[in-house]
Amino acid sequence: MNKEKPFGLAAEFKTHEDLLRAAETSYAQGYRKMDAYAPFPIEDLARALGKRNRVPLMVLIGGIIGGAGAYYMMWYANVVSYPINIGGRPMHSWPAFIPITFELTVLCAGLTAFFGSLATCGLPKPYHPMFNLPEFERASQDRFFLCIEADDPIFDATKTREFLQRLNPLNVAEVPK
Amino acid sequence: MSVPNQSPVTSHFSQSTSPLGYPTNLFAGKETFEGVNETIGSVVLRDRQPRPWWIGFIIAFALLMVLFLAISWLLIRGVGIWGINIPVAWGYAIVNFVWWIGIAHAGTFISAILLLMFQHWRTAINRFSEAMTLFAIACAGMFPLLHLGRPWVFYWLFPYPDTMKMWPQFRSPLVWDVFAVGTYFTVSLLFWYLGLVPDLATVRDRAQKKWQKVFYGVLALGWRNSAAHWQRHQIAYLLLAALATPLVLSVHSVVSLDFSVAQLPGWHSTIFPPYFVAGAIYSGFAMVLTIVIPVRKIYHLENLITLRHFNNMANVMLVTGLIVAYGYFIEAFMSWYSGDIFDQYMMTNRVLGPYGWIFWLLMLVNVLIPQALWSARVRRNLVALFLVALSINLGMWLERFVIVITSLHRDFVPSSWGMFFPTIWDWATLFGSIGLFLTLLFLFIRFLPMIAISETRELVAEPQKAMTL
Repeated sequence: MNKEKPFGLAAEFKTHEDLLRAAETSYAQGYRKMDAYAPFPIEDLARALGKRNRVPLMVLIGGIIGGAGAYYMMWYANVVSYPINIGGRPMHSWPAFIPITFELTVLCAGLTAFFGSLATCGLPKPYHPMFNLPEFERASQDRFFLCIEADDPIFDATKTREFLQRLNPLNVAEVPK
Repeated sequence: MSVPNQSPVTSHFSQSTSPLGYPTNLFAGKETFEGVNETIGSVVLRDRQPRPWWIGFIIAFALLMVLFLAISWLLIRGVGIWGINIPVAWGYAIVNFVWWIGIAHAGTFISAILLLMFQHWRTAINRFSEAMTLFAIACAGMFPLLHLGRPWVFYWLFPYPDTMKMWPQFRSPLVWDVFAVGTYFTVSLLFWYLGLVPDLATVRDRAQKKWQKVFYGVLALGWRNSAAHWQRHQIAYLLLAALATPLVLSVHSVVSLDFSVAQLPGWHSTIFPPYFVAGAIYSGFAMVLTIVIPVRKIYHLENLITLRHFNNMANVMLVTGLIVAYGYFIEAFMSWYSGDIFDQYMMTNRVLGPYGWIFWLLMLVNVLIPQALWSARVRRNLVALFLVALSINLGMWLERFVIVITSLHRDFVPSSWGMFFPTIWDWATLFGSIGLFLTLLFLFIRFLPMIAISETRELVAEPQKAMTL
């Protein structure tokens, strides 16, 4: 075991109610660089940890770009680049452009939702220190974890451990880097 | 991983029933986190598959080889190997395309619309039906490409800067179709995969063998169940559901416009978009039932997919089936009411002409037999339900046959009338596409968790969500 700072201290909980309470207490205590791990999404958990979410805004922008781009493409193609006169009908026949505008709005918004959510999660990421914790594979099965990271300004190996012990965990373990 | 002796969450359930006699809980009653992980996750990590899986897979794979043979011969000889000619230039390829794309719709309906409606009972079947959607779109998309005549230049359909200085005709519904089906496939794929990622992480963490750890580890993208991950995952999933929902309505509407924009009697009809969408959901639910009933039996998923699911799906089929029957009625009424001799003849020919027997068979299997679903006993009897679902699958294929072929074969001028007879290659491509669909489905069941594990765990932790409304 090397002497350098660990990644953080992780407390393991039995139920999602315990984890949510622990997250709220830790945030109130002033901890900021931390994350919680649970086998299913828990309402309010991310908010309790102060995590922000930019995905909806990204999706909105993606959709607008897709729709505007699609309409512009069709207008350019059928009015400017390759105009064909069909029975004297207007070149800029906008009702016929609506279906593809709609489809490409959905497509671009969908691609943004997928890649945007992965990017804001920092995925794909094959290695992460949390995986060093032997019990951590139960985070995807039936256990709940709260990890306060060593980079947090008020992290202190002994004090933080004592703090976590008071939150009624099953156990508290150090996460090596 | 170590399996805990004691389940972390003991049963919250008391056995209560709703007025209709179904359990009010989604689950049969005794599910725990570990029970859920084990029941669903273990199927993909198990070495030996049950014998019915192998039998099914071998049959499906043989049919897939038939498809490859049919496509190879098509590429060598051209579309002349099919029964199509003038006047029936749209033969089985288009019938099959519309049939498959319709089947796809139930998956999106179940996963997206029911998610937005907070129908938590969808959890047990949504992943499965999403996979079905994807594979059905893959089958559907193949047919128009093969029908092109020169499938290897299919990319001419896309707007790209080409040396011919040409653009696709954006005013044509056929080009709308390229975008509609392409978007539908892409969004369905993203939605399905995003939902799978946390479950792939569960399977990764349960895996014992090296190849399984690597395979599921790569697919899980390093997912670690963090609150930040879940937050972004949930909102992206919800937004994808919201984006996929209008696609359910738009894709089949666009497909129906391929017909109704044309001036052919039997195609030129304003009822087509809503009637096609209802038919799509109808046939899709029938296909979900056709597949889920045997799979539930083979893999012993009775605790997760309950009679309540079957009852709900049967109810959806009953409603959409009535809309489809109304569509048939309105088509007939409008052709009489229009006073147009070509339209009136189309209807007479459809009912009494050389393909009349197909129309009457359609009425039997798609309108009459599904009325059995009014009976709660049929909705709860899986054998009866399975037979009704098969009947609807056949019926929806016949519906498209009636629309495409009987409308085309006798149009305005009697001198240009003709008949369509399918060749062996038409049948080979149809059954081959069923082989492609089933092969993909069997591989999905074998290698990926077929029920959303994390969503099921959520229901175990918060059982009130699983209650009926």
